[in-house]
Amino acid sequence: MTEQRKAIALISGGLDSMLAAKMIRDQGVHVEGINFFTGFCVEGHTHAIRTHDRKRPKRNNALWAADQLRIKLHIVDVIEKYKDVVLNPRYGYGANLNPCLDCKAFMVAQAREWMERHAFDFIVTGEVMGQRPKSQTKSKLPIVAARSGTYDRLLRPLSAKLLEPTLPEREGWVDREKLGDISGRSRKTQISMAQRYGFKDFAQPAGGCCFLTDSYYAAKMRDLWRSRGDRDYEFDDIMLLKVGRHLRPKPHYKLIVARDNGENHFLRGYRNRYTHLQIDDHPGPVALVDGDPSLEELKLAARITARFGKGREADAVRARISRRDGTELLLSVVPLRKGQIPQAWYV
Amino acid sequence: MNRLTLDARNLICPLPVIRTQEKVEHLRNGDELEVLCTDPGALHDIPAWCRIHGHEVVETGEHAGDFVVRLRVRKLGNQT
Repeated sequence: MTEQRKAIALISGGLDSMLAAKMIRDQGVHVEGINFFTGFCVEGHTHAIRTHDRKRPKRNNALWAADQLRIKLHIVDVIEKYKDVVLNPRYGYGANLNPCLDCKAFMVAQAREWMERHAFDFIVTGEVMGQRPKSQTKSKLPIVAARSGTYDRLLRPLSAKLLEPTLPEREGWVDREKLGDISGRSRKTQISMAQRYGFKDFAQPAGGCCFLTDSYYAAKMRDLWRSRGDRDYEFDDIMLLKVGRHLRPKPHYKLIVARDNGENHFLRGYRNRYTHLQIDDHPGPVALVDGDPSLEELKLAARITARFGKGREADAVRARISRRDGTELLLSVVPLRKGQIPQAWYV
Repeated sequence: MNRLTLDARNLICPLPVIRTQEKVEHLRNGDELEVLCTDPGALHDIPAWCRIHGHEVVETGEHAGDFVVRLRVRKLGNQT
């Protein structure tokens, strides 16, 4: 009896990785999925935090995809390891802070380690030749294979016929003839395959699934580095960059002001780690203070916070400032009026 | 059989699943784990994770503002 080969498939939750895993599973290979949590993943977080997103399905797309495929999925926390990819990308950034080629090589390398540890035979990705200019061109695909150390154990089923035969194809673990020859940015073939496989509902993240591709997020990240004089970050930093309005009246402090009740709830989870503000006598946002403002600057922070609450037109409101050490300060402040928040303060 | 609790409150998707996965890795067949969460998405994600890994969801619900998923570990032979 022929030994059943085992493949570990990178599952993002998007259609391409689903199709790739399905194609290989249909060839009798035992497939399990792997998904990496970098901290920059878009899905789930904003849905979990923001009130207006509560009606959207609350699901992790990678888990959902694995459930559809009936394969196991291993979600791996790579937050710390991933820092080096973000901070020191060998191949540079895309349009924003997205180190796509380094990222792909990193993830495939992590999958290779997993493959070796669990005695699997090869790795499957949903990469499509020519689909992404930064990481999936014909010249870039071999870089991923080499930099990740996977070489010919990395199979891209959707574009396999356009690439050199890999070990699983040469050894007959999979039939190359049943693999794809898809290239380019068109999604027609994939949509048609999805229909054939009966995938009715699948994630189609416009612009990618990573906050680092987002220009607003990248601007906030650069601002964070500039203000601290250090290109580094902690997990809480990158989570907070996803939440609220960020305003920096002075280089040494900024305010993170919640935009809805969901964000209020989320920011309250940080109240022991940051000085935070709230208006007592009117409904309004929670605001966190990142940095070390003076008392006068805290008063300004309270006036800014009041501007975003229901008491914005009141003569004065009562602001409660809670410091990290547990002490509180109650101030009567006049909310900033319309037009009094300079656009330059918005990060 | 052991009964354990995992506090995954104030973590958002997919961290409650990752912490559950890490905890279950060290549990034995038949052990029960109660996971406390504040991210409502965990009510779908943890059961989905259990389904694909063959573990049993005993109960899901809400208690004192937290979401709770209770699962029973099912392990057969050499599992990844």
